[in-house]
Amino acid sequence: MRSGIIAKKVGMTRLFLEDGKQVPVTVLQLDGLQVTAQRTEEKDGYTAVQLGAGSAKVKRVSKAMRGHFAAAKVEPKRKLVEFRVPADGLIEVGAEISAEHFLEGQKVDVTGTSIGKGFAGAMKRWNFGGLRASHGVSISHRSHGSTGQCQDPGKVFKGKKMAGHMGAARVTTQNLEVVKTDADRGLIMIKGAVPGSKGGWVTVKDAVKKKAPEGLPYPAALKSAAAEEVSAEGGEA
Amino acid sequence: MDLIAQLEAEQVAALGKDIPDFKAGDTIRVGYKVTEGSRSRVQNYEGVCISRKNGSGIAGSFTVRKISFGEGVERVFPLHSTNIDSITVVRRGRVRRAKLYYLRSRRGKSARIAEDTTYKAKKA
Repeated sequence: MRSGIIAKKVGMTRLFLEDGKQVPVTVLQLDGLQVTAQRTEEKDGYTAVQLGAGSAKVKRVSKAMRGHFAAAKVEPKRKLVEFRVPADGLIEVGAEISAEHFLEGQKVDVTGTSIGKGFAGAMKRWNFGGLRASHGVSISHRSHGSTGQCQDPGKVFKGKKMAGHMGAARVTTQNLEVVKTDADRGLIMIKGAVPGSKGGWVTVKDAVKKKAPEGLPYPAALKSAAAEEVSAEGGEA
Repeated sequence: MDLIAQLEAEQVAALGKDIPDFKAGDTIRVGYKVTEGSRSRVQNYEGVCISRKNGSGIAGSFTVRKISFGEGVERVFPLHSTNIDSITVVRRGRVRRAKLYYLRSRRGKSARIAEDTTYKAKKA
């Protein structure tokens, strides 16, 4: 398992391909994505990399977190996420990851916080059909209807789909295709929609249900080393 | 300009389409690339533009209506589609609406559009 990345959702657009096809894409931006810490077997009992993205105002960062960023010698970050990796997949602290971490055409899983819908009725939340528009139905056209049986069992079963809070939950969309990457501007274009609102943070990982393509940069595609990597790539692979 | 607008502007520039100035009411001829098996040719589709949507950006599209063998046919083309070979304006129409959906319920004489003889191209 390679490390994933943190990206910011910029918005959606479309791409016209040479063969006349249009592809709807979500544009994700890598904003100063750096490794801020490592978790090691000896110290923490597991191995992982902690990545940070975005930029936070120094005066709005707590003293403890300022110390944490200072130890990693990176600017204060807005969003921190840990990615579990095997011991050989650890990335140096302070290294900046580039958009070429993912290859064009590969499949990824994208996790984000979905847009909050507030308190939603059963029709919106669970796709219930509602009641009839006429034939004596009064006021309750969008209600859920019956919630159970009679005196036996005499209760509403747990997990019954009813109205309640909808959205603003962690959602993962699997097997989305990477259409294009732009390392200069740190952009990744992913086919289709991605959970969350514009400006929200999402994490992108290699798809767990698809075989990873050949030639993925391991442990990660780094920005500073991008120039050296071209010459050293033959040896690394 | 936000990033999305910038990306779209770049793509419009990269596609380098020569799109003439036309609007609803104009009769236009669209050369559309059709691929049959391995070879492709250009098919012309001529009719009245009855609507333009989403401006002239990457999301823009237009609808062309014609009467084919007595049956009304409408096709929606994306303005920047790579399948469009050419767009030519055949006739300028004088209309007072942006969307000419009323033409759908009309036939023959009442479906005519007066020609705009005083058309002046917009200064670029």
